[in-house]
Amino acid sequence: MNSCAVEVEGLRVVRGGTEVLHGLDCSIPRSALTALVGPSGCGKSTLLRAMVGVQVVAQGRVTVLGRAAGSRALRGRIGYATESPAVYADLSVRDNLRYFAAILKAEAPAAELVLEQVGLTRESERLVAQLSGGQLSRTSLAVALLNQPELLILDEPTIGLDPVLREELWRLFHQLAGDLGATLIVSSHIMDEAARCEQLLMMRDGRILAGDTPEGVRRSTGSQDLEQAFMRLAGETGAAVGTPA
Amino acid sequence: MSLRLTLITTWRIIGQRRRDHRTLALVTLVPALLMVLMRYVFDSKPLFERLAPTLLAIFPFIVMFLVTSVATLRERRSGTLERLMTMPIAKLDLLLGYAVAFGLLAVIQVGVAASLCLFWLGLDVKGSFALMFGIAVLDAVLGMALGLFVSAFARTEFQAVQFMPLFAGTQVLLCGLLVPRDHMAGVLARISDFLPLSYAVDALKLITTSAELSRELIQDIGVVAACSLLALAAGAATLRRRTA
Repeated sequence: MNSCAVEVEGLRVVRGGTEVLHGLDCSIPRSALTALVGPSGCGKSTLLRAMVGVQVVAQGRVTVLGRAAGSRALRGRIGYATESPAVYADLSVRDNLRYFAAILKAEAPAAELVLEQVGLTRESERLVAQLSGGQLSRTSLAVALLNQPELLILDEPTIGLDPVLREELWRLFHQLAGDLGATLIVSSHIMDEAARCEQLLMMRDGRILAGDTPEGVRRSTGSQDLEQAFMRLAGETGAAVGTPA
Repeated sequence: MSLRLTLITTWRIIGQRRRDHRTLALVTLVPALLMVLMRYVFDSKPLFERLAPTLLAIFPFIVMFLVTSVATLRERRSGTLERLMTMPIAKLDLLLGYAVAFGLLAVIQVGVAASLCLFWLGLDVKGSFALMFGIAVLDAVLGMALGLFVSAFARTEFQAVQFMPLFAGTQVLLCGLLVPRDHMAGVLARISDFLPLSYAVDALKLITTSAELSRELIQDIGVVAACSLLALAAGAATLRRRTA
């Protein structure tokens, strides 16, 4: 059994005539929480989409849980939440969860469990269209958690949340990786959030700047924090404009 | 393909519509209202008797085309389609789920409009009422299947709505509503032979004017059913697990 949950080799993706990922390599360890950080527009979502298997790929190989990304056997083993919440606005929170749970053949109490995990039990009967932005993205996250997937791919799940909720969700992510042994890949454009993850992938302009533990990244760049490390790494690649190395 | 997944999808789609009372009311009552208008605009029972079968084909066709193209476009745009494509559900399960849910809606819609024609507006149906009802529902399913397919080519709901005059409007003009098809310019008559709505209209005309289950009638029904299946299959081909 491979120790990597996801392996990406030479991945090139072209969207709308422009190359957004330029022959990218990276690997994601199993049973750990990996943060994928980088500015918006750097290709984080595209990389995650390629891992889920919904992205048309120009070149390269993406292996997920030992199989080619997007293969039939993987459907239902991966939980995926996009940045914009993919749920039905004209159904209640609970009806959304029931529908997706039925497709995934999740256990009956699964919907109640994930409602509790994302803190939406009290809103469960409300129509999704009436929820706030934060509640909406938590509903989408709840769907991704439904069948206790081995691999969770979450694109900016904490965007627009108040700091208390954000903290709670990160605690949940750590818990899922720690106690339940799930592999999590969580993207964010906030460096601070990444600092507490076990693994870190730093991305810029369709390339991986660094893939290491947060401590390792700081050490190898001789930086105080990840923000500084990012600046230094970006400077090294020569792609930076006006950023002193 | 799985019956279970089709039915839970049907149930989900019904759930989405159930809360939307206004759409439900519009879908069920508007064709009936238009029938009443047609009856009294001409204010002539014989003329209405001649037009009613055609209208029974046209109104459900148009309404279902619109409702479905907007609903599936939303599924594509909201990201829920992409989410479903990462899950163990076949494209056909999803499409059949739509077909059954909107097919049921069509049953109600046609039921209201047809009953009104029969019991109030004085339409005389020579053939079997059940078969007439069946043809009208099949025709609504055709509109639905075309709407599903066409929604793949619309990026916005504005575009989806504009496809209606293009795909449904042309068929309405050429289906024999205004003049019998064989009285149209030769080219148009030929074109109308290739449009599925023409066959639905012909079938409804036949069933209202004759009690006989003619070969022509069975052929017409066959063409409408085949076109519906074809449009559903084409719709399935436009759903992609991977997108750019």
